[in-house]
Amino acid sequence: MATLARAASVQPVPPRRSFRAGLLTAVLLLPASLWYLVLLVAPLAIVVVMSFGTPSRIGGFDPVFSLDNYSQAFERSTPFVTSLVMAVAGTVLCLLTALPLAYFIATRAGRRKSLLIVLLIVPFWTSFLIRTYAWLTILGPDGLAGFIGDFIGDPAFRILGTPAAVLLGLVYGYLPLMVFPIYVTMERMDRGLVEASKDLGAGRLATFRQITLPITLPGLITGSILVFIPLMGEYVIPAILGYGRVFLVGNQLVLQFLEARNWPEGAARAVVLILIMLVSVTFYVWFSNRGRKGREVSVL
Amino acid sequence: MSTTAGVAATPATRGRPQRDRFGRLVEGWLRGHTLLIYLFLYIPIIVVVVFSFNATDRRVTDWQGFSLRWYESVLSDTVVQGALLNSLIVATSTAIIATIFGTMAALGLQRAPRWFRTPFEALTFISIIVPEIVIALSTLVFFSSAFDVLNPLLDLRLRLGFQTIIAAHALFNISLVMLLVRARLSGMDRTHVEASYDLFATPWRTFRQITFPQLMPAIVAGGLLSFTFSFDDYVITTFVSGAGSTTLPLYVFGTIRKGVTPATNAVAAVMLLITLSVLLVGQFLVWRNARRAGQRGAQASVAGMIAEQSA
Repeated sequence: MATLARAASVQPVPPRRSFRAGLLTAVLLLPASLWYLVLLVAPLAIVVVMSFGTPSRIGGFDPVFSLDNYSQAFERSTPFVTSLVMAVAGTVLCLLTALPLAYFIATRAGRRKSLLIVLLIVPFWTSFLIRTYAWLTILGPDGLAGFIGDFIGDPAFRILGTPAAVLLGLVYGYLPLMVFPIYVTMERMDRGLVEASKDLGAGRLATFRQITLPITLPGLITGSILVFIPLMGEYVIPAILGYGRVFLVGNQLVLQFLEARNWPEGAARAVVLILIMLVSVTFYVWFSNRGRKGREVSVL
Repeated sequence: MSTTAGVAATPATRGRPQRDRFGRLVEGWLRGHTLLIYLFLYIPIIVVVVFSFNATDRRVTDWQGFSLRWYESVLSDTVVQGALLNSLIVATSTAIIATIFGTMAALGLQRAPRWFRTPFEALTFISIIVPEIVIALSTLVFFSSAFDVLNPLLDLRLRLGFQTIIAAHALFNISLVMLLVRARLSGMDRTHVEASYDLFATPWRTFRQITFPQLMPAIVAGGLLSFTFSFDDYVITTFVSGAGSTTLPLYVFGTIRKGVTPATNAVAAVMLLITLSVLLVGQFLVWRNARRAGQRGAQASVAGMIAEQSA
């Protein structure tokens, strides 16, 4: 009877605490743990240490404690501000574009649902560099810029090299990351709630605002974070579509690490970048959850 | 409660025709928006591929007829050949390492105690969420410091090259494979495993005949996604590559600075073709496996697995 009861309560993994089982677990986890320690923890730790040091010879540093690199980073803070503005604008644009798209795929696409999702993922997993490069022709003087230039009678009209071009590239590159989480939460949503809302006489807008939106909020938050973080550190898009004139933190980091070779100063900026991302994501999550609790009450 | 329902019901009945028109407008807008987004996603890719067949000598957009001359000239260029070969070496090695170690980690994590699992999961999360550029620069700093210490000490000549690119690419991809395999593990039907144990199969045999075949789609998807990630990566590669390990993305980035040419379009189209065929092969393998096992639904596609994961 006791054995039967034990057999009935199926554990996800039979707990066998033998030495051999423990050894197997350790062996299975060893390579990945080594990778994390050597190529993630150690490098980030060195960057933090280096950010307090002073540059010595090319690419090296003296491990002292100085805040000079940080005061430099704050004195020339324009790239941080530009990055923050572009990342927020890009995230908002992605959000506004992704929301109706995800809604359509989740509720209106029917049997073509998986096809539409595959069509979103395919460009996302093909070369990022090539997809960014592709816009050079379209936005260039032989493309859209020339067309608009002819139209408004200004032959010098340019799109490439402006923040608008970079913003377009950002939305183009990261839109799928916003769509997926929103789509998944909408897909899992209980459609009965929408029916109930309509039965109670609520209109489309009211139903969307009071039922669909609050339920999909976790997806919106995940999507925004997934998009915002890479946007803050983006380098390829401003380098190609912004001609380096739209100068983001990513451009500055590449400049300092690969060209100027002032590593301690670059390290300090990298640390500041990580801190900005941590603070903004924490604040964003706190802010959205606070808003959500209030709304949950009103919905129920 | 009854009052709110009453108030809401009155305009609903009175304004019906208007609401229907509004409804049709919304439906139309949703359709139009979706169509526009898909055009937005695909037109640039199509433009690159189309103009790579342009016979022109001068401006890329100046259509002079269909020709394969740029493919011929690009594919016979030894620099491009070298870069393509380097890319394939890097991507294949990364995919193999990431697939094996990522799958191992997913299986091991299932059995690991909580004190280990929590920090490990945190590191997985960090390795995926930290922007590529931060990973790239910190790995460069790490390698160069490590080589500065190790080379004179052990009389080695370690330097940046294939091994550093592969090691750095593997970090993200191990996490990716692990997440995909773990998702599959958690959604797996345990009854087969229980049955296998009841029939006195050894743990190894159970793994080989029950668990592994069920994990296969996730493992294949993880491996192929690692390949395409590594094949396409620019940021990490540019930081940790050395002399002689120029990959195709590095080559393309270099030529972009000189402007758009049909030749660059041809290289770009070749890169797109390679990643697209890898994705298609993956989708086909996963689909065939799912059909054999008689499974249906989102899990049966690579795409579905990614979509599930990103939520």
